[in-house]
Amino acid sequence: MTRVGMTVDGEPYEHEVEPRLLLVHYLRDVLEKTGTNIGCDTSNCGACTVHLDGRSAKSCTVLAVQADGSQVDTVEGLAEPSSDADETDGWHPLQKAFHTEHGLQCGYCTPGMIMAAKDLLEENPDPDETEVREGLEGNLCRCTGYVNIVKAVRTAAAELREGASS
Amino acid sequence: MTAVDTPPSANVGTTKLRKEDAHLVTGRTQWTDNLQLTGMLHVAVVRSPMAHARVTKVDVSGALEQPGVVAAFSGADLADHWAGGLPCAWPVTEDMQSPTHLPIATDEVRHVGDVVAVVVANSRYGAADATEFVDVEYEPLPAVVDMEAALADGSPLADTQLDTNRSFTWQKIDGDVDAAFDSAPHVVERRFINQRLIPTAIEPRAVVCAPPREHREYTMWSATQVPHILRLMLALTCGVPEHELRVIAPDVGGGFGSKLNVYAEEAICLVLAKRLGKPIKWTESRSEGYQATIHGRDQIQDVSLAFNEDHTIRGMKVELHADMGAYLQLVTPGIPILGAFMYNSIYKMDALSFTCHGVLTNKTPTDAYRGAGRPEATYAIERLMDEAANELGVEPFELRERNWIKHEEFPYTTIAGIEYDSGNYEAATAKAKELFDYDGLRAEQQRRRDDGDPVQLGIGISTFTEMCGLAPSRVLGSLSYGAGGWEHASVRMLPSGKVEVITGTSPHGQGHVTSWSQIAADALGIPFEDIEVRHGDTAVAHKGMDTYGSRSLVVGGYAVQVACDKVVAKAKRVAAHLLEAAEDDVEFDAGTFQVKGSPDANTTMQDVALAIFAAHDYPEDMEPSLDSDATVDPENFSYPHGTHLCATEVDTETGAVTIRSYVAVDDVGTVINPQIVEGQVHGGLAQGIAQALFEEAVYDAEGQLKTGSLLDYYVPGAPDLPHFTTDRTETPATTNPLGVKGVGEAGTIASTPAVINAVVDALRPMGVNDVLMPASPQNVWNAIQAASSASTTAASAADGGAA
Repeated sequence: MTRVGMTVDGEPYEHEVEPRLLLVHYLRDVLEKTGTNIGCDTSNCGACTVHLDGRSAKSCTVLAVQADGSQVDTVEGLAEPSSDADETDGWHPLQKAFHTEHGLQCGYCTPGMIMAAKDLLEENPDPDETEVREGLEGNLCRCTGYVNIVKAVRTAAAELREGASS
Repeated sequence: MTAVDTPPSANVGTTKLRKEDAHLVTGRTQWTDNLQLTGMLHVAVVRSPMAHARVTKVDVSGALEQPGVVAAFSGADLADHWAGGLPCAWPVTEDMQSPTHLPIATDEVRHVGDVVAVVVANSRYGAADATEFVDVEYEPLPAVVDMEAALADGSPLADTQLDTNRSFTWQKIDGDVDAAFDSAPHVVERRFINQRLIPTAIEPRAVVCAPPREHREYTMWSATQVPHILRLMLALTCGVPEHELRVIAPDVGGGFGSKLNVYAEEAICLVLAKRLGKPIKWTESRSEGYQATIHGRDQIQDVSLAFNEDHTIRGMKVELHADMGAYLQLVTPGIPILGAFMYNSIYKMDALSFTCHGVLTNKTPTDAYRGAGRPEATYAIERLMDEAANELGVEPFELRERNWIKHEEFPYTTIAGIEYDSGNYEAATAKAKELFDYDGLRAEQQRRRDDGDPVQLGIGISTFTEMCGLAPSRVLGSLSYGAGGWEHASVRMLPSGKVEVITGTSPHGQGHVTSWSQIAADALGIPFEDIEVRHGDTAVAHKGMDTYGSRSLVVGGYAVQVACDKVVAKAKRVAAHLLEAAEDDVEFDAGTFQVKGSPDANTTMQDVALAIFAAHDYPEDMEPSLDSDATVDPENFSYPHGTHLCATEVDTETGAVTIRSYVAVDDVGTVINPQIVEGQVHGGLAQGIAQALFEEAVYDAEGQLKTGSLLDYYVPGAPDLPHFTTDRTETPATTNPLGVKGVGEAGTIASTPAVINAVVDALRPMGVNDVLMPASPQNVWNAIQAASSASTTAASAADGGAA
């Protein structure tokens, strides 16, 4: 067993873990942060995408021990706490846009899709349709046919740009 | 029944953002694999690496010595728990041959992935590790892989307990087929291959089962589409009485038919919970699921059409070989049979013969995958209509229009004997052609053909219909289906004016909570926000037939409407009593009961709900309750239709295909929530296009699955798919009061032939008349080479003749 410590969604954690424990299993099974999902065993689907020190990473291809000392951000930490009765007020623009543009159906790929899109928009704040599609290449969705995901990401991008300029 | 005039309403027909989304976009979900229960144990499954073998030894003792391992069992150890094996609920013929399907095989394994043992440990990793220490010895048997070879004399058997690989031959003949073909001026005949697919819902399957502890009942959480069917079937097969088993489908991450089943691992978790007295969890890995979760399609289709001189269709012959795989799962044999009603599609003809050979092989079982029998039929007829147009030298739309059922001919009883209630193929086609710029693209195509452009433009047409909304029960009974097609809903009027709608459907991405809220809001005059929809738990929604076959809205939504109507009828009596008016003098509109001609004499649905809760003053001849339920059994299936057009750019030098534009005009009747409907169409298109261009489950001659993970089985990502242009025409269904038709599978059914017709159309000048699916660069290039060598051979033969 090896001791690991990391910050996940702003909270510090420390545990003794097996060196082979995948980061995604550490998040889900040890920390019980089950907002991040597992959809495959070959790093193809991207359902497990989180941010590792600010960049998107598939948490099924990272060992928990490799994330020692890192900052991990998941979909669970994305929304700001909202004092308003309308909880969507605290949502990240991507969460809002996936909702308003119907960018999800079953929702299983959504946490990974949102985290991958967040990374994409940090790199490119104003992607065109092709750039969004290529930017999300590593994340599979079986429900939406991607059209509304593309719309959602571009809607969120516009809101984020507006927020940045105001 | 005829369509009723629906009053203008605030909710139905408008986009309401989904109630389902909040927990999904914030990660506060409850997928089955999220569950952690006190004392929970983890199961890992030992699977056969061979397609077909005799099992000569299973020794689990090595696994038992591994750290954290609590138990391990062979098939023989647990055989007494499931004497009858897993169920097939659709015995399509009386003499259907069905291999005994034990959740854990004992003497013989019949496909790669068949279960031979299970290991139970106190951790996920520990259980997986210990499977390596289960000692299994196999004596290889010949693998049956090719469907046609399997039916030849002397073929090895896929199951040595049977004396044939033919599970069944099912036939339906309507009209005089011989007469239709014998003197026909034109006959067009083709063989199409509908390849095997893997559904790949992004949430892998998972099961948790807790033994009776506080609740005197087993509780099973499963990533299933069918909690009600699962409960009944497990009770019948695993010796747990139905009333002592509660099944919950929590958040479920897509299904597409793959979670419409009763799986070995569900039976195993139930029996292990019983045997060990502890909560048990199993979660499949993706690669494991590719062996253990059903596949779809896999048919060889020999089809022919006979035409008159005027290009009207005389008749059609269909002969199918359908690969069942190694076992008949829940509805495996019924899937290709559904095609019997669909090969004629939207076309009029005097004769149709349909013969289906269900063949057992040593592969993962097939079963329902999005569309289930109708995509295969639609692919064949729409491909064949294009081939016929080419052979007859007519424009493909002209041939279709000459033969389709005209709008004024509805309702129309087809040659297959079912009645299409409504449709307007002319309107959908006109709209699609305009959105697509059909004439403009045809002109461009001609220019590029004339210029010898190495990248050719192809235009593909699919004018489809389908039968969905699985109901009506009597018809299903006549097809030997093991259950009815009704659906249940109940409405609970809470004293504070809020409402709970209970539905027997079990959504896993379709947005029932939102759409059912819209239906109930309008029917009851209660705000959309004040309605909760509960589902997917047999203790809450005690009765239901679940979600598949594009049935939920046309049957389940219909049930919600009827249950709400019953609430309104009761509330009206109470309102009349409270307002001291005759019931006939009370009108109900938008949640208010009002005495005719007395605007001040009124009360609301909420006030009536509170009054009946208090029960101080209500009519003597009724119970103090507005709560109502409804079980509806529609009189007919649902027949959505539409016209899809696809433009492809095909690089004749590399075989690469790119979709340039895709237009889908669907007619799904009245629409409850346009945004949700559009989303269903988008997703359907993606899966149908995936069959056309990307996906194929491949087995080698030894029955090994070569596409065993997402590395090898190509599920398209965002860059692989185009933008979709979608629109609708609205021809209300006349067979339910909402006027709605199914929408979940339409996009998948329509799109595959549209894409392949476009690919073939691009290559037609090169002599290409078919391209195998998926139309990968390799398959397209091969088709071009085959056509070019055929024309070279023909040319040299002609030269030889001249010399």
